[in-house]
Amino acid sequence: MLQLDELSLTQDGFTLSLSGGIPAGGRVALLGPSGSGKSTLLSVLAGFDWPDRGRILWHGQDITRAPVAARPVSILFQDGNLFPHLDVADNVALGLRPDLRLTQADRARVEESLAQVGLGGLGARRPATLSGGQQARVALARMLLRDRPLALLDEPFAALDPGLRTEMLALVREIAEAKALTLLMACHDLRDAERLCDRLWLLEDGRKVLDVGLAGLRDDPPAALRAWL
Amino acid sequence: MATRARPLTAMHWTGAAFAALVALSVLGPLGAVMARADWPPALGPGDWAAIRFTLLQAALSAALSVTLAIPVARALARRRFAGRRLLVTLMGAPFLLPVIVAVLGLLAVFGRAGWLNDALAALGLGRIDVYGLQGVVLAHVFLNLPLAVRLILQGWQAIPAERVRLATSLGFTSVDMRRQFERPLLRAVLPGAALLIFLICTTSFAVALILGGGPASTTVELAIYQAFRFDFDLGRAALLGLIQVAICLGAGALAFGAIRRQEVGAGLDRPPLPWPGDTPIARLGDAAALIAAALFLLLPLVAVLLKGLPALPGLPPVVWEAALRSVLLALASTALAVGLALPIALLVARLRRPGLVEALAFLTIAVSSLVIGTGLFLLIRPFGNPVPLALPVTGLVNALVALPFLLRALVPAALQADATQGKLAEALGMTGAARLRHAILPRLARPLGFGAGLAAAFSMGDLGVIALFSTPGQGTLPLEMYRLMGSYRTDDAQGAAVLLMGLTLALFWVFDRGGRLDAATR
Repeated sequence: MLQLDELSLTQDGFTLSLSGGIPAGGRVALLGPSGSGKSTLLSVLAGFDWPDRGRILWHGQDITRAPVAARPVSILFQDGNLFPHLDVADNVALGLRPDLRLTQADRARVEESLAQVGLGGLGARRPATLSGGQQARVALARMLLRDRPLALLDEPFAALDPGLRTEMLALVREIAEAKALTLLMACHDLRDAERLCDRLWLLEDGRKVLDVGLAGLRDDPPAALRAWL
Repeated sequence: MATRARPLTAMHWTGAAFAALVALSVLGPLGAVMARADWPPALGPGDWAAIRFTLLQAALSAALSVTLAIPVARALARRRFAGRRLLVTLMGAPFLLPVIVAVLGLLAVFGRAGWLNDALAALGLGRIDVYGLQGVVLAHVFLNLPLAVRLILQGWQAIPAERVRLATSLGFTSVDMRRQFERPLLRAVLPGAALLIFLICTTSFAVALILGGGPASTTVELAIYQAFRFDFDLGRAALLGLIQVAICLGAGALAFGAIRRQEVGAGLDRPPLPWPGDTPIARLGDAAALIAAALFLLLPLVAVLLKGLPALPGLPPVVWEAALRSVLLALASTALAVGLALPIALLVARLRRPGLVEALAFLTIAVSSLVIGTGLFLLIRPFGNPVPLALPVTGLVNALVALPFLLRALVPAALQADATQGKLAEALGMTGAARLRHAILPRLARPLGFGAGLAAAFSMGDLGVIALFSTPGQGTLPLEMYRLMGSYRTDDAQGAAVLLMGLTLALFWVFDRGGRLDAATR
């Protein structure tokens, strides 16, 4: 279980301050206008920024100031998830061996995870030769290999068209369920949130103003959400 | 900076150590110069004349360079013609060209037996003399006009196309264009450009060495050399060194803002602006400005090539030996500059403090290379004869001179690499060599190649510290060329000039090209 204890961070005049908990295997959608603190929260959870106060606990263990790579975390950024000068297989293999010293067995696993996201046989291509949807799949294949229990998604599919986005969300859901991932996704669209997540945190000015289950939410939205919608 | 979410790695600490080392290798010699300078300072009339001449020629050179650059930049900004790209590229060439080659080319065109005087004589007109103040200013304008053009052109290209379209739709005339576009632009760009060129010209050594000299036209930098080399009066050389530092500090403080804005190697290939209020006369004026500038910049190079190529095969062995020495020195100096610059750039990017680069740049500008050379000589002397160390000292000083240019090319890319790929690498747990090789270096390859090319070209063409304390048998190619000119072996000097120009441009090309090889990095 992931627990956020009175987290607080002030950066360039903006303050993020919130508490909350997500049970293991829970999937939370972060909604809110631009500048409401979604990306900052994910950045703090990933370890790129340290909170001024408060603690982050993972299964009771304090990871507030753990180094980025030592956290139980995989993160997908809004863009720039792939190294343009490495081929697809190497980009995926980074999830296994960050120094890219690969054995035959490693290569087989890379190919396997590429096949899992529907990109079998494309390992030798460069990212620039792939479509946006395919690039997102490469990043997902790497996340599969990283095999970390906490997945952070910072609007990774925002640039894809709605049909493709739906497809990718279904794929992530499949992976998350199979691996029992705990997941936080920043997004802009309530329907996207429903496709993947079971809970919703609505952020506003760095604070959590709503924390509700997503099931049936759209039929009867609470006042705070209605205002945002 | 007690705690950081993204900790500093060994590479960053290396960068910090190197930055301190660079500061020390500038401040150490400066300290030695201060300790050795004659005190109380007794400046003779010759010294005052040197100070006056330094300031006068720098002011004239700066004023002329920017004034002449205005019509050229305007024409390049608003005209589309075959060869425009080539001309813009040519504007970058004098930056790489060894100063002594440029001077020899100017002598071939404007000198006593040059093309211009031949033409004047054929017309029955008097001769012009290219030595002294006018020669020094001529050479400085040749070397700095392209820089001025590039700076003003950058100002032109920063104007959004929408605004020019708006002017067109409002029916602007050429007078309106001048008032609303060109004048504000020049007001913003010219003072900085002029101050920058002024600063460059105050530290001029090679130009003054060849075209100046004598009591009436000696720069302070040249006076240091003369006190050192001819009189071996170290106290006076050191005192002159302090004066030089004072001049550079003054000019540097004024020009600092301007240097900050100057981008090395920024692309100037944006298509030209459509120009409201165009007239046939304006077209004619632009054509004249472009042709005049192209002739002024190209003719000296053509002259060197025409006169030097035939002499190339017959060059004496001593020239080829000097060429080999120069190439090896340039490679060593480049390796040193790159080795210093890379960790420093990565540190600056992680700390997000580009100001550190400016501080280092300011240091190497304020303390000119002859001052550092004098200081190093003074530092080494208690422990042994510095003369055999002439080449290592020259390599070190050349690397220090190139360092700010390398850093300025590297830091923007390093900032970006650290913020994007560096973050991704951290999220994936890539560390050490793997992180550097797969995440950071591919992003830096281009500026690294370009910067290394600059460093190699600077070192290859340098005629400064090496002149201070070298003996025959350790000369670099520029120094050997200078000796040939001094002994009136003009043919050999011109052959050596072609060789020097060719080697310099080849070194730059190889490094710059090497940085671009992996086309997939974008």
